[in-house]
Amino acid sequence: MAAGDRFVEATRPAALVPLRPRDAETEAPLHDPRLSDVDEWGRSEHMRAVARQIYGPLYRQWFRVEWQGLEKVPTSGGALLVANHAAAIPSDAPVIMHGIEEELGRPVYGLADHIFKTFPVVGTLWARLGGVAAHPENAFRLLREQRQLVLVFPEGTKGPGKLYQDRYRLRRFGRGGFVEMAMRAGVPIVPIAVVGAEESMPTLAKVPALARALGVPYVPITANHLVFGPVVGTLAYFPSKFKLRVLDPVTFQVPPEQERYSKSRVMDEAESIRVKLQDNLYDMLRDRRSVWFG
Amino acid sequence: MGRRVLITGLGTFWGGRMAQALEQDPDVEMIVGLDTVTPSVELERTEYVRADQSYSILSRIVRAAQVDTIVHTFLVVDSTRMSGRALHETNVIGTMNLLAAASTAGAPVRQIVVKSSSLVYGSSFQDPVWFREETPRTGPPRTRIESSLLEAEGYLRDFAEDNPHVVVTLLRFANVLGTEIVTATSQALERQTAPYVFGFDPLIQFVEEGDVVRCLEFVTRHGVAGIFNVAGDGRLPWSEVASICGVRLLPLPFVLTNVAAAPLRQLGLLDLPSELLTLLRFGRGIDNRRLKDAGFTYRYTSAGAVENFARARRLRRTVGATPPEYTYERDVEAFFRHSPAVVRNPEA
Repeated sequence: MAAGDRFVEATRPAALVPLRPRDAETEAPLHDPRLSDVDEWGRSEHMRAVARQIYGPLYRQWFRVEWQGLEKVPTSGGALLVANHAAAIPSDAPVIMHGIEEELGRPVYGLADHIFKTFPVVGTLWARLGGVAAHPENAFRLLREQRQLVLVFPEGTKGPGKLYQDRYRLRRFGRGGFVEMAMRAGVPIVPIAVVGAEESMPTLAKVPALARALGVPYVPITANHLVFGPVVGTLAYFPSKFKLRVLDPVTFQVPPEQERYSKSRVMDEAESIRVKLQDNLYDMLRDRRSVWFG
Repeated sequence: MGRRVLITGLGTFWGGRMAQALEQDPDVEMIVGLDTVTPSVELERTEYVRADQSYSILSRIVRAAQVDTIVHTFLVVDSTRMSGRALHETNVIGTMNLLAAASTAGAPVRQIVVKSSSLVYGSSFQDPVWFREETPRTGPPRTRIESSLLEAEGYLRDFAEDNPHVVVTLLRFANVLGTEIVTATSQALERQTAPYVFGFDPLIQFVEEGDVVRCLEFVTRHGVAGIFNVAGDGRLPWSEVASICGVRLLPLPFVLTNVAAAPLRQLGLLDLPSELLTLLRFGRGIDNRRLKDAGFTYRYTSAGAVENFARARRLRRTVGATPPEYTYERDVEAFFRHSPAVVRNPEA
């Protein structure tokens, strides 16, 4: 433990703080000789613009993404976007982020498992393009203080780590941490049901021994590997048709910035969002005639 | 009556500068500085005592000099400075003795300021982008310096609980860069090439050396209690730090980094301790807003601190390192402070 709360209390920081009026001279912003545009979250707008250029055709012509109910995503203020997670290398995160950024002109901060940061090159690229480690402190700052859109996949790595035979069956929603994030930040949760990601890179088998050796959550063998070969297949997606449905935002009538929230309330809310997402996924699949053409 | 201050680590960069700053303050009546090495900066009225931080000496000094304020700058935060054993002695045992001396029955101590480091937060892939003062570190300490600082902070926490009448201030500083201070980071950037871990470009935060002294002075003078992070605004990628300094980066392998670093250390090509190699992978950010809310204003941002260092570095590379202008001479200092021949208040 770095700092116990008791110490903070015992010394009452505010009690002895002198209230000094700040003079206008020091209010001027400090000289900040930055050379790059990498911000506190590790993103670079320059690199993101380049990535959008490259990803645009993939989004439009390859996955042919279609949105329903995009108007339910708030155009201002913080909101936590929650979606189902799929494909061996998840294709849903960039689709959601790119889609909302292009359609609504709002940046989306994608929360990802910390393990990302341990991968050389990939981890750095992910951060430069808009990925943030899923730490509650990060989420709070983004949602409450900076009023941003944050995307999180409550299934975590269990979503993309499942086999093709389990497609569109939602895994456990963690320990409901995403609901607590939204409650603490006082923002709504906007669930998004994604159809198409599962078929873009289906996992046929997994190699647990290799995963353990490499220290990664899973090592998949995908249908893409069989079709495109071991190298290209690791990166190339199948052109499955993407359909996304934004569900009604969920708000919580609880005071924000609390240290903890009732666990039963949190689990109830998490479960109700999971059920809603699952129902909508099944509903969308009932209407889908073709994996490739929707 | 003015304040009576004890500074530990007078011979260190911070101890010396803190003493200089306090000498300018008319409210400070007396300054005693403790260290095993002589002061490296010129001091006018500070009394230097060559002593280690043993309990008996400390408690005698505190009582004899009626010390009401202790500024503990002696915590070692740079593990290239001493061996692990000596580090433990200085940081853990030294702090324990100091706090014990400050809490003896009837001790006149009313404020303690401790200069710690953001090393107590560690650096790990599980870290948040910004650590607030309450945010717990995400893993157990891996290096000796981190665990010794955590232990020292633990003693301070106990002291604060047992002595509610004492104003306790704990400052955690980010990596320091400036025109004069020499740290493991500054040494790494002093050469023409600096190491980086291949595939990683972490965001690092700095605080300028002048801001550190001003901050120590600020909390001491105003009696600000609590734990505070001290760091410049913003974080910048290591690659940007290198380009501001005009340093080329050479890659270290991302696997077995420490193994690869060992022969380089032997050859003297690299002096980065393992806690800095971890920093070069994951970086660290500490939230500095609490100290700003307390009324402190910084003069430099993180990037500003790097630029300040880079300017001093360019000067050093052109004209060479300037030799120290001051060496401590015991008899000379004693003469100016205590000899009846010296007229101390010419106007009076």
